[in-house]
Amino acid sequence: MTLAPEVRGTSPEKLLAPVLSAFWDEDRSWSLDVYRRHDGYQGLHKALAMSPDEVIAYVKESGLRGRGGAGFPTGMKWQFIPQGDGKPHYLVVNADESEPGTCKDIPLLFANPHSLIEGIVIACYAIRSSHAFIYLRGEVVPVLRRLHEAVREAYAAGYLGTNILGSGLDLELTVHAGAGAYICGEETALLDSLEGRRGQPRLRPPFPAVAGLYACPTVVNNVESIASVPAILNNGKEWFRSMGSEKSPGFTLYSLSGHVAQPGQYEAPLGVTLRQLLDMSGGMRPGHRLKFWTPGGSSTPMFTDEHLDVPLDYEGVGAAGSMLGTKALQCFDETTCVVRAVTRWTEFYAHESCGKCTPCREGTYWLVQLLRDIEAGKGAMSDLDKLNDIADNINGKSFCALGDGAASPIFSSLKYFREEYEEHITGRGCPFDPARSTAWADQDKHAEVNA
Amino acid sequence: MTTTPEGVSLGMPQLPAPDYPDDVRARLERDAAEVVARYPDSRSALLPLLHLVQSEEGHVTRTGMRFCAEVLGLTTAEVTAVATFYTMYRRKPSGDYQVGVCTNTLCAVMGGDAIFESLQEHLGVGNGETTDDGKVTLEHIECNAACDFAPVVMVNWEFFDNQTVDSAKQLVDDLREGVQVEPTRGAPLCTFKETARILAGFPDQREGAVEASGSAGPASLIGLRLAKGEATPARVVHPRDGGPHDEPQDRAPRDATPHEPSPAEHASSHDAPHDTSASDPAHPAGPVAEEGE
Repeated sequence: MTLAPEVRGTSPEKLLAPVLSAFWDEDRSWSLDVYRRHDGYQGLHKALAMSPDEVIAYVKESGLRGRGGAGFPTGMKWQFIPQGDGKPHYLVVNADESEPGTCKDIPLLFANPHSLIEGIVIACYAIRSSHAFIYLRGEVVPVLRRLHEAVREAYAAGYLGTNILGSGLDLELTVHAGAGAYICGEETALLDSLEGRRGQPRLRPPFPAVAGLYACPTVVNNVESIASVPAILNNGKEWFRSMGSEKSPGFTLYSLSGHVAQPGQYEAPLGVTLRQLLDMSGGMRPGHRLKFWTPGGSSTPMFTDEHLDVPLDYEGVGAAGSMLGTKALQCFDETTCVVRAVTRWTEFYAHESCGKCTPCREGTYWLVQLLRDIEAGKGAMSDLDKLNDIADNINGKSFCALGDGAASPIFSSLKYFREEYEEHITGRGCPFDPARSTAWADQDKHAEVNA
Repeated sequence: MTTTPEGVSLGMPQLPAPDYPDDVRARLERDAAEVVARYPDSRSALLPLLHLVQSEEGHVTRTGMRFCAEVLGLTTAEVTAVATFYTMYRRKPSGDYQVGVCTNTLCAVMGGDAIFESLQEHLGVGNGETTDDGKVTLEHIECNAACDFAPVVMVNWEFFDNQTVDSAKQLVDDLREGVQVEPTRGAPLCTFKETARILAGFPDQREGAVEASGSAGPASLIGLRLAKGEATPARVVHPRDGGPHDEPQDRAPRDATPHEPSPAEHASSHDAPHDTSASDPAHPAGPVAEEGE
């Protein structure tokens, strides 16, 4: 597991690879002018010089995999769209970023919305779609404003509308704001929501590639996946493959949050480790140490300090028993009660369960009851097995992955921190002081010492 | 019809909701036509139309739902089913400013719980309740995709990053006193109704609204600044003893960056709560003493 010293000691300049984030520090980075100054819409020109099938093959060969969690090859998703079927095809961009801990697409869209729009035009050219949608979660009005403006600019510049850049391609792009429902990040629930219904997942098959939006062939891609496409077209698939690993090539946004010295966005080749990210950014907050973390949001099984050297790519994280997910690295230090953390996540899943499938709807409810009791010191030892049992009865037994996500923190926290659960039960309460976990806890302490 | 002794009405269904006044209806119909035209299938316009009627009255009323149903050729039951599924549609009159405190795990741990608790006390309202002056509706919200700015408070869905108990109290006081408040990321605040209109898909026409608050928040830029050599990783000093013995044995010598004891160095892989830094024999001083070093 231990990496060679020369790798561990490498400087941030060498370990990081800002592509999508390369000019976020410029004034008006979100505008068309600035985007064009940074090779904006050059990838589109190159794509339009190829045939649509060549574009699909090119993206496939680049090895780009979905950045929304599941890691499915993007080019393959495009290839699944049946061609010559006489039906309209749709591209729907999933910008419903709501997974707890995940905070990459929102800053990306805020600072660089044109990378998404250019990627959308390229994707629609490839899959022969003339209408695309951006399904943005509603709770981020600043991002919605910039998307409205970027789409307006793109229409005015001829990157959207009819006969785009003289290519004969016509494309309408609709920005659609959701209304607050985590489940709509699940692709089939998102499609139901976009059709004006309650966001409830559909049984698959048929998959969206065959019967998606309005029962027509539909590609649903994450924001970051589509936004990565222009750079691949412009710089070449070999350039893309020069980063990351054979099976997980390319760059991606890692979001560091929690009890770290410098939370934020770190764009790096796939396969960087949490230790490298912490080393370059000042580590955990002063005086504390890492206790547990998620590699890709709350739905991915948690890791501990044993996993600091796990390469953060699809295979590496998978082999260590979790999932790369959205690369949302939520780090919690030793002041944090794992039972409190898991209880709060479970309350979230219970709140967001759409209610369609019984195991998820009922299971998450009962998990919350048990966890609240344990956290309050009213649990029994037998409750721990019951938690495991209920999680097991949710996992894999519903239409979508929300239930699986709810089971992940239960399984993984019981695996690594069962003693801490037991301590809540035997000690009749929580041994932690939540005040010590706050962002200002140590400042208060400094103030007291200085006084 | 009959009424039970408890006063529960059993018989008469609710009468249809009253319609909007003619001028309001005509205006909303023009807006609705614009929304419907964006979609290949009119029903897709339902979510934006619910935002639109919310922008008229501040919450989704029975009148608003009836309007949506009539525009889209749906039953009011179908519209109600959708309106009650999504948390952004309010079902009762609420304040001009919706203050949402993130209490999902990460923000909660980082101080969101303390902020939410103190705001309830400060404002004298509970979750989902509105202050007497009709200004502020307080609620706790789920993860809003800003974890690197935790703890986060949203006001009318604009970002107020890195909040503290004091800053959040000041924020709601300002809102109630009518002081113009500017988010850390987003545009100077407009009312909840005006926000709902943007959500319906009508761009914010205010001068400077799009560029307000700059290109990106500070946390969004940290990786970029490090990659460009503009930020020094050595900014964080080692909190306690920081001696060389605390560094991993195989650490590259060139990397003099003061460094947190990486957890892998400690025999704390199971990290039971008793094994905290305060009681760690390798760090007898604990964090309390750090100022003196």
